[in-house]
Amino acid sequence: MTLLARTGSGEPPPSAPRPGRHRLLPYLLLLPGAAWLLIFFGVPLAQLAAASLYDPSGSLSTGYAMTWAFGNYPDVVQAYWPQFLRSFGYAGLALVLALLLGYPLAYAIAQKAGRWKNLLLVCVVAPMFTSFLVRTLAWKTILSDNGALVGLLRDVHLLAPDGRLLATPFAVVLGLTYNFLPFLVLPLYASLERLDPRLLEAATDLYASPAQAFRRVTLPLSMPGLVAGTLLFFIPASGDYINAELLGTPNEYMIGNVIDSAFLVRLDYPQGAALSFLLMAAILAVVFGYLRRAGTEEVL
Amino acid sequence: MRTPLRPLSRRGLLTGTLGSAALLTMGGSLAGCGTNGAQQTEAGCVSEDLSGTEKKLAFANWPQYMDVDEKDESKRPSLDEFITKTGIQVTYTEDINDNNEFFGKVQNQLAACQSTDRDIIVLTDWMAARMIRLGWIQKLDPANIPNVQANLLPSLLNRPFDTENRISIPWQSGLAGLAYNGNVTKELRTVDELLTRPDLKGKVTALSEMRDTMGLLLGSNGHDPANFTAAQFDDALNKLKKAVDSGQIRKFTGNDYAPDLAKGDIAACIGWSGDVIQLSGEDEKVRFVAPDSGVMLYSDNMMVPNKATHKSNAEALINYYYEPAVAAKLAAYVNYICPVKGAQAEMEKIDPELAANPLIFPDEALLSKSKVFMALDEKQEREYEGKFQQVIGA
Repeated sequence: MTLLARTGSGEPPPSAPRPGRHRLLPYLLLLPGAAWLLIFFGVPLAQLAAASLYDPSGSLSTGYAMTWAFGNYPDVVQAYWPQFLRSFGYAGLALVLALLLGYPLAYAIAQKAGRWKNLLLVCVVAPMFTSFLVRTLAWKTILSDNGALVGLLRDVHLLAPDGRLLATPFAVVLGLTYNFLPFLVLPLYASLERLDPRLLEAATDLYASPAQAFRRVTLPLSMPGLVAGTLLFFIPASGDYINAELLGTPNEYMIGNVIDSAFLVRLDYPQGAALSFLLMAAILAVVFGYLRRAGTEEVL
Repeated sequence: MRTPLRPLSRRGLLTGTLGSAALLTMGGSLAGCGTNGAQQTEAGCVSEDLSGTEKKLAFANWPQYMDVDEKDESKRPSLDEFITKTGIQVTYTEDINDNNEFFGKVQNQLAACQSTDRDIIVLTDWMAARMIRLGWIQKLDPANIPNVQANLLPSLLNRPFDTENRISIPWQSGLAGLAYNGNVTKELRTVDELLTRPDLKGKVTALSEMRDTMGLLLGSNGHDPANFTAAQFDDALNKLKKAVDSGQIRKFTGNDYAPDLAKGDIAACIGWSGDVIQLSGEDEKVRFVAPDSGVMLYSDNMMVPNKATHKSNAEALINYYYEPAVAAKLAAYVNYICPVKGAQAEMEKIDPELAANPLIFPDEALLSKSKVFMALDEKQEREYEGKFQQVIGA
């Protein structure tokens, strides 16, 4: 694929580098972005890393001493491993749901929508124009105990008479699925839109069943979008805490809620920093593992 | 065909990660020596008072905590009167929504003895206590606030974090107790009912303010929230944990329980008197209950932070709001407990019904049930708050 992309691009082979400012130009162009990244991401990240190793017995009034307290890490794992597992569990579950909803949707928009394509794309993106919080609060109203939906489900006995949807793991996973769905659909759409339908015709000509054509043609060609989409979905979903906070109960709290409380309520900065770092490390590990399994050399 | 970007490869990602790690080690040395303490002293952080020359005052308060004109919401009658009377221009902002959040907003400035650009801030007892402990608040001059000395409710005098009544002056007070929605459940009288009654299962919330929830639970165990031991705290916490584990308690909330209680998603809860009175105004089946085992009395306090440059102006405003007639005007709008003696008599003239409301002007019976949570030192605060947070799931 990489090879194909390069030869297909029609680029002339790179000429010998010219001397002078042209050689510096790419670096100059990178400078603002790199400086931004360094100042607003690199430095705070480094401070966070340092804070995660502060003496846990320090406090706000006395200050924190740097004692290279690596023990903060096992301490937070021991205290908060259920929330870690739950975060990845919920995010994974939401991802599966989002794939079941998102793949057919992206395929339909890309290949079958015809002149409705743009309108449908706007429909996917439109909810993003309102605030994340407002969208989540709207779900609170939809799933409300005395709302129409719960009433209907109770009437048809899908829900026990005192059953509820709000404040359950179901509501949290639903919220995650809904809120991050566009991040999955858009990259998938971009891949599927480039899929040449003649390839599918060729597959049928060669006696492939529709299922085989999907497995051997559509799926492999949509892989880059699929991988990018799942990552864009999974990473923010596993660090999210708004859905658990608004749609869940303490029994559904995710690791984001714990970090929030460590920094803002308990003022335990070493623990909060250690948790943030573990979360980043865990997500990176999951991503690397996934890319290895997905067997694609390209991430984006 | 568009020119494809060179794809980001696994190797590229790996190099990026390693690069970031190197950057991190480098930058880590910046923060490697730890942080300084946030503690300030009166001698170490001296504030200047420019009130003599600047007729200005910046007042930061919570939303809906000030009377507004019924016809024109941008007018605040009591505050406008102060401005006309004294000529002090007040910049009134509603930028305090949460004690912890606001603390996060100003902590860097105050820890470094810098100005927050606010002359009066309003924070709840425990947060006031923390800031006072950190030496972040200026002492007021008792001679400039005679009304406070004369009119502050006796039950709010000499609180443990402000024994001289000159650092934090109550703006409004309130009670934390029980509330229920009579449309979806029957009457509720005790904390134990809230935590165990089977018909309420999964329809109960409690407050994420540790002092309010734990104060009520300590009281329900027969212990004194104003003076308890670590073992008594643990007992009360276990009781709470049982209710969480059994699914009786659905959530821990800030102010956001109010709409859910009104809708009936929540049948009963631990809540604040002010919110519940407002709900009762719209639907009288929503009721506030002060259990016999005790209710928690809290206040939101006006304070002048370090480096605020208009202390005398702030004192003038504080003194003004302790005039009974002004206090009554404010209380008639906000419906919290009025901390000013004599305001009840003034309220008779405005609205006799409100004057008779014990949740605005508490009677002896209610005051005798109300408790102020024990003052905690930093270590206790962290220990108790940490244990509580574990039970409430974060």
